[in-house]
Amino acid sequence: MTKKHKAVALISGGLDSLLAVRVLQEQGIEVEGINFYTGFCVEGHTHAIRNHDKDKQKRNNALWSAEQLGIKLHIVDVIEEYKDVLLNPKHGYGANMNPCLDCKIFMVSKAVEWVKENRKNDFDFIITGEVIGQRPMSQRKETMPIISNESGADDILLRPLCAKNLPPTKPELEGWVDREKLYGFSGRNRKPQMALAKQFGFTDYASPAGGCCFLTDKNYSDKLVDLWDARGSREYEMDDIMLLKVGRHLRPKPAFKLIIARDAGESKYLEGYRKQFVTIQVTSHNGPLTMVDGEIKAEDYDLVAGIVARYGQGRDAEQVEVEIAVPGEEKQTLHIKPLSAEQVSVEWHV
Amino acid sequence: MSHYKLDARRMLCPMPVIKTQNKVKELAEGDILDVICTDPGALSDIPAWARINGHKVIANREIDDELIITVRVGG
Repeated sequence: MTKKHKAVALISGGLDSLLAVRVLQEQGIEVEGINFYTGFCVEGHTHAIRNHDKDKQKRNNALWSAEQLGIKLHIVDVIEEYKDVLLNPKHGYGANMNPCLDCKIFMVSKAVEWVKENRKNDFDFIITGEVIGQRPMSQRKETMPIISNESGADDILLRPLCAKNLPPTKPELEGWVDREKLYGFSGRNRKPQMALAKQFGFTDYASPAGGCCFLTDKNYSDKLVDLWDARGSREYEMDDIMLLKVGRHLRPKPAFKLIIARDAGESKYLEGYRKQFVTIQVTSHNGPLTMVDGEIKAEDYDLVAGIVARYGQGRDAEQVEVEIAVPGEEKQTLHIKPLSAEQVSVEWHV
Repeated sequence: MSHYKLDARRMLCPMPVIKTQNKVKELAEGDILDVICTDPGALSDIPAWARINGHKVIANREIDDELIITVRVGG
């Protein structure tokens, strides 16, 4: 009896990995998915912290893809290991703090490791949804062999969507996969993928503009660099990277910044940090919950209360009441005139 | 059959799913796991994860802003 070959696919939740798996399923290959969570992955739920996104369908796109494909999905927490990729990328950063090439090498190498650890499942090769020319940093003709070599995957890494533009891999040479039925997509044009999705009957797939990672986002990267600069260290914890996704960030003094909720959803999210951080809340009017990240001194309370009041409904009042809560201490109440728009320096906005 | 609890409060998805997945690996078929979370995204993600991996969500309830999602291992 002919052995049925098995592949593990890197599933990001985007269209390309969805298609890459289906292309191989069409050839009778059994596929399971693997998804790596770095902490920087763009997930609908972190957007859903905000009120205005609450009507959007909440779903994890990698799980959605797996369900569409009828495959198992293994989600792996790589938050700690990913720190070294972000902090020391051998191949450098892209336009922002995105170490895309090192990230791809890391993920494929983790897949290689996972295949070895799950040897009993007898996986023969690894697939990705990479397309030559799709991403300016990591998905170029020159980077494809770098990823294969440096990840340790070598000739068991197959890219079904652009395989015809690359030298044959082991699955093709061994006849496990028919190379003629693979694709030769290249470039940034998404039309061939969209046509293939239509052919396979996929609709409602995810297509985030900046890809699947917050590090490709300029605003997010700026906030991350500001955090590192302010602390004098490039260390970070999970809470740090989650909080960069939440609120309006203002740094009126080098030693601390304010994270001001933009709506009730974000206020509710920040509530969970009350026991760890100094928080500020206007109590005489409706207003956002604000968190202080860093070291704040009592002499700065009037300033921060005035800033926070600016973002509440009492912004035009002569005076508002503001409560400052330091964990483990009595709350302090201040009566303060909100800062005017001009007094909130544009330089403070991170 | 044993009944377990998993605290995934304050975690944003996919962390509650990852914690559930890792806990379920330690359990036996037929065991019950209550996952306590605060991210409403878990209401769609944990059932989706269960469906594709052969488990079953047998109950959902909300108590004081906390969600309790009950998974039966092995469907």
